[in-house]
Amino acid sequence: MLGLTIREVSAALREGRISPTELCRKCLNRIKRTRHLNAYIAVTEELALKQAGEAEARLLRGAPKGPLDGIPFAVKDNFCTENIKTTCASRMLKDYTPPYTATVVQKLLNQGAILMGKTNMDEFAMGAGSTDGAFGPVRNPWSYAAPYRERTGAAPDSDWVVTGGSSGGSAAAVASLTSYLALGSDTGGSTRNPGALCGVVALKPTYGLLSRHGLIPLVNSMDVPGIMTRSVSDAAIVLGILQGQDTRDSTTTAAPSSLTELPEHFDVKNICVGIPQEYHAPGLSEETLAQWSRVADMFERAGARVKRVSLPHTQHSIVCYHVLCHAEVASNMARFDGLEYGHRSEEDSSTEAMYASSRHEGFNDVVRGRILSGNYFLLKQNSEHYFVKAQRVRRLIAEDFKRAFGSGVDVLLTPTTLADAARYSDFTQEDNRTRSAQEDVFTQPVNMAGLPAVSVPTALSSRGLPIGLQLIGPALQDKKLLGVAQWIEQRVGFPSITGAIKHMQDGSFDSFIIRHCPCEIEMRPVLCFMTC
Amino acid sequence: MNKQISLLYPKASCVIRRISTPRARCDSELQPRAKSDPQQLVGVVGLEVHAQINSNTKLFSGSSVRFSAPPNSLVSPFDASLPGTLPVLNKRCVEAAVMTALALNCTINKKSLFDRKHYFYADLPAGYQITQQRRPIAVDGTLTYSILGGKKRSQVIRRTSTIKQIQLEQDSGKSLHDDLRSQTLIDLNRAGVGLMELVMEPDMSCGEEAAAAVRELQLILQALGTCQANMSEGQLRVDANVSVHKPGEPLGVRTEVKNINSVRFLSRAIDYEIQRHIQVLQRGGTVQNETRAFDSKSGETIPMRDKEGLQDYRFMPEPNLPPLIVYEDNASLPTGIDACQAVVVQEIRAGLPELPSIKRDRLVQTYGILPEHSFTLVNEDGLVEYFEAVLKATTKEPRKVIGWVTNELVDVHPVCVLVSPASPWFLFPQVFQEMWRSPGKTASQIIQEQDLGLVSDATQLHSICQKVVDSHPVEVHAIRNGNKKVLNKLMGLVQKETKGRADPVLVRAILQEKTS
Repeated sequence: MLGLTIREVSAALREGRISPTELCRKCLNRIKRTRHLNAYIAVTEELALKQAGEAEARLLRGAPKGPLDGIPFAVKDNFCTENIKTTCASRMLKDYTPPYTATVVQKLLNQGAILMGKTNMDEFAMGAGSTDGAFGPVRNPWSYAAPYRERTGAAPDSDWVVTGGSSGGSAAAVASLTSYLALGSDTGGSTRNPGALCGVVALKPTYGLLSRHGLIPLVNSMDVPGIMTRSVSDAAIVLGILQGQDTRDSTTTAAPSSLTELPEHFDVKNICVGIPQEYHAPGLSEETLAQWSRVADMFERAGARVKRVSLPHTQHSIVCYHVLCHAEVASNMARFDGLEYGHRSEEDSSTEAMYASSRHEGFNDVVRGRILSGNYFLLKQNSEHYFVKAQRVRRLIAEDFKRAFGSGVDVLLTPTTLADAARYSDFTQEDNRTRSAQEDVFTQPVNMAGLPAVSVPTALSSRGLPIGLQLIGPALQDKKLLGVAQWIEQRVGFPSITGAIKHMQDGSFDSFIIRHCPCEIEMRPVLCFMTC
Repeated sequence: MNKQISLLYPKASCVIRRISTPRARCDSELQPRAKSDPQQLVGVVGLEVHAQINSNTKLFSGSSVRFSAPPNSLVSPFDASLPGTLPVLNKRCVEAAVMTALALNCTINKKSLFDRKHYFYADLPAGYQITQQRRPIAVDGTLTYSILGGKKRSQVIRRTSTIKQIQLEQDSGKSLHDDLRSQTLIDLNRAGVGLMELVMEPDMSCGEEAAAAVRELQLILQALGTCQANMSEGQLRVDANVSVHKPGEPLGVRTEVKNINSVRFLSRAIDYEIQRHIQVLQRGGTVQNETRAFDSKSGETIPMRDKEGLQDYRFMPEPNLPPLIVYEDNASLPTGIDACQAVVVQEIRAGLPELPSIKRDRLVQTYGILPEHSFTLVNEDGLVEYFEAVLKATTKEPRKVIGWVTNELVDVHPVCVLVSPASPWFLFPQVFQEMWRSPGKTASQIIQEQDLGLVSDATQLHSICQKVVDSHPVEVHAIRNGNKKVLNKLMGLVQKETKGRADPVLVRAILQEKTS
């Protein structure tokens, strides 16, 4: 039951095969058994059971609120939730309880979806590993699954791999089957990156399509709430519910269509898939490259036009992204002074001293480092050199995409990450800045341009870890993008974890099935799986 | 004569005169500028005026705007800068800024931008203020005002100052320093209230000019209803940039004088500061570029505790607010835009009320009164209406009436009686005639004797008010848009219907209800 998609479990709930309370308890038990993953910062057990009871009453009356009624979900801990602590995985907000709920969370609650808890992340979403939060790193569920254990002979407690980030907790929650969907946030890849490394579908919608009201910002001009699910059609259902203008967020736009259902059969004959040549970046693993070619070939064989395109300013993107990101971080973080809310230092010799030590104690060195460099970029003498210049390059990057889509390309196909997930011990050899630069290389240009993109898991690597590919579409073409993504999903035969994520103390390996028994697989997934 | 009231409501032309100070009179106005001694140091003054927008709610949030509410009772999550909150621009504030800009002959920028200005201060919860640095809503305006000059200082001299720009920005909260317990108390009621910052070019030369300019600005803002412009309540805050130089030479080092809470103090602070600069330079010293506070008790300016120093505000575009677009007319609205979401300049222009300068010209032309008398009338809230009502009720010459009104009435019956909503000021035309006939009697005696009692029948008043409201949609619209002064006009019309005998308190309440 836990391994089903939203669509499947929603049907089960309506048909009475399981009750919302039973389902909720199963997820809560699962959360307890997978506590070692550190996916959740807070589990809202009591509230979840109460909500489940209410959903149950509605379903019994035959009056569910919608497709999400009674469905457990998880929320990254940078979305504000009324009366539920919202920490951003930071000491600064360790005890912060917001008085209001973020629009996107409220929309899910209004649909009867059941909040299981708040998920772990990098502090203030600054990172690409979910290793830099105040509550410790998140472990990738695939570290405990059979393929990785068998193929690498890894010792589970020392050789576990990271989830990617910064929405690692949300990705782990969906992948470890404790929630059917999770909200992440995506500023430079923070939803797609862990989505790819944890083998779940991760959608970064068009900027402005989803409200940011209540999302504690990283970079206001690039942040988007991200959607993580186990299938593309689930992502479409959730997008349909979350999208649309919000009077509390002036940057939102009206949804172009009331998207709910994707067509079961998407015809790719008439589409043109662009392969950006600049995404053959240094460090791209052979296996990821192989997946990229494999899916491109699939398109070609199915009759789609596949063509190379150039996005010439791509190489400058990551540097400019960092300048803009740090500048906005410096500005956004200025409010955390310990006065109205958040951590306040014991230091009280003067207001300034209190600010300084509250901020020093409240933020980790990654956050402090970005505040420092961001303020440097914004200084009167530097602003033109750094901030304004980076803004100009940002425009060039957006124009690159525009040109590509203007030349007849419908979607761009790229890798999501350079390689599969790194072991924690390897990942932490490099500092956060270096890692962010490596990990976001394929994902952040999309945020610079405000475009929709989705990461779809396509296969397991030779180490038994997920690999994902990214599709990028023109602004507000999210629905079409998901149509193409579903076409890939239907054909790649990516495996799903079912049943047993290994419990820390028990020695049995997990079993795997192929969920989408593919009828027209051109190529078998890289590895074979245990029984179907 | 009550002394305090004389300060607030001085008689006759002293309205203009009172703001001059005997110590440092404006040189340029005693002798033409061109003839002034080139070796003589003269003052150069530029003003930065922060005008609190008269709106129901704050610039970017739905919290109410009210003076003297209990501390921190008007604070939304956005005002307290809770993380995840976003600004949503208040249309009324934009309209107020556009209206003010039009009244001050500005060019309206059809597209303007918001920026963040960063500094740490306890009453600035976000650590930055949202303002308009790169592209303000309006630029290049003028403010025309008058001072008294000539040998007897009885000649009205017109001056024009340039307004560089008008920008929309957020007000900060208030800090209350308790030095005894070494703590600071913060009240965020004011945090996020809409401000119009008017930046004026340094083209004034003394305190008197600055004071006259600000007084005129107050009258304009009050006529527009865009700002209540009460300096002592902080609705209008004026900072003065002061420097001195020899004519023809570059400007000297400037200081900024803050903490000025009346027009009189503005004049004194500026003249003090000019003299101080001159003395420093004459002693061979140099003027420090600094911020100084005016101490109204000593009449001096003193350096402020270094709140700012050399600040780098690290300006950055406000990413949560798209460019602010205003449209010239309905024809230029793009298709698909919700008309009630758009700010249309032409509509605002059409709704501009009679400005004080026009009103004065009209009074002078219509009634043949002296220009300085027109200043007195316009300066006092409600006095023009009263003056005109008196003229309607009498056959006496306007020039005689004006003398009586300005010299006798304003002195004998402090104007606060006239404008107090609780007092039957509308009865004054009748009372006035009676007083004219029998000089020994007081107003209240006459009211008693003549049985000029009030009409307080609520049903009757309701129907009269409804009639007035129904037949004046433009005025009602203006009131609903925040121009509360228009209510006085409707009140006047109701009084006309009742021959001035309706209970004004009741009428006001009924009209307020019907126009809310």
